[in-house]
Amino acid sequence: MIDVSIALHIPDGFLSGGVALACGLLAIVAVGYGLRVANVELDEARVPLLGVLAAFIFAAQMLNFPIAGGTSGHFLGATLAAVLLGPWLACLVMAVVIAVQAFAFADGGISALGANVLNMGVLGALLAGLAVGAAMKVVPDRRGAFLSVVGVVSWLAVMIGATATSFELALSDTIPLATSLPPMLGVHALIGIGEAVITVAAVSAVLVSRPDLVALAPEELRRPLAAPAAQPVGGEA
Amino acid sequence: MGRIPTGVFVALALALAVGLATAVSPFASASPDGLEKVAGDKQFLDEGRLAGVQEDSPIPDYAFPGIENERVATGLAGFVGTLAVFAIGFGLAWVLRRRGPAAGGSGAAAA
Repeated sequence: MIDVSIALHIPDGFLSGGVALACGLLAIVAVGYGLRVANVELDEARVPLLGVLAAFIFAAQMLNFPIAGGTSGHFLGATLAAVLLGPWLACLVMAVVIAVQAFAFADGGISALGANVLNMGVLGALLAGLAVGAAMKVVPDRRGAFLSVVGVVSWLAVMIGATATSFELALSDTIPLATSLPPMLGVHALIGIGEAVITVAAVSAVLVSRPDLVALAPEELRRPLAAPAAQPVGGEA
Repeated sequence: MGRIPTGVFVALALALAVGLATAVSPFASASPDGLEKVAGDKQFLDEGRLAGVQEDSPIPDYAFPGIENERVATGLAGFVGTLAVFAIGFGLAWVLRRRGPAAGGSGAAAA
């Protein structure tokens, strides 16, 4: 039998036609809106960023790390993409990654493509868009606080993806929710820690090198370090 | 520390991505991951199957075809895949990009 490599990647055969279709429609709406947002917001300077972010997420998803009990997990990337590009462009980035994985690498199903984009991309990206903004209204506009929020949200994004996957499997009559949800959440609670570590590391690297590229960071943090407003010409690095 | 030019930033990030996918992925854990593990434990893994178009996917299961050494096959798959994803993402963004000046003005100030 062909070795079907999964992940949170659902292969064909796990979902019923109805569930796959419903997830596909939701994914199309989100990605379609992402296309529109790109038309309005994506300036020429950020074009290569979208490409390189997709490439980085693809690469990082290949790096399965071992977790407890002969299981591995890998980075998903929706929170990273949302923090850097905003939630809607993040949906687009995740759709590119997951579609290439399905068509070129046979990783994740074709009829399940919408569900995979939804679970690993859209849900996490939209969660990050909402939760990071909301949390930053409560915590101080400092680097440490922002990175902590990003870490927690990226963990939550993985848990939401795992939860959605369990619901889709249950609605498809593949496995009851009560059977799949506890182990899915248990495994992904650990995978989420890896997600948080990688996301925080990547976001802090961008904050150091190009803070202006961190779309969801508070305005204060997006300015280059130690460059208050009234610098005259010549103070550039 | 300040800002590095966008071109340099992109080149460094792409080099990191290609490096990870090529040199590190061959040594990644081969254990079943999250859903795969649960599917195996709960006896529904066998319901998974490849779609028709995936029978002819160019690099099935992240192993570059025709190469016996598994690590080399995976590394090459990572190399090719990362560059392909970059090209597709870049191309899509280029096609979709905003033409003309900003409508809302957000982000323009930072440039």
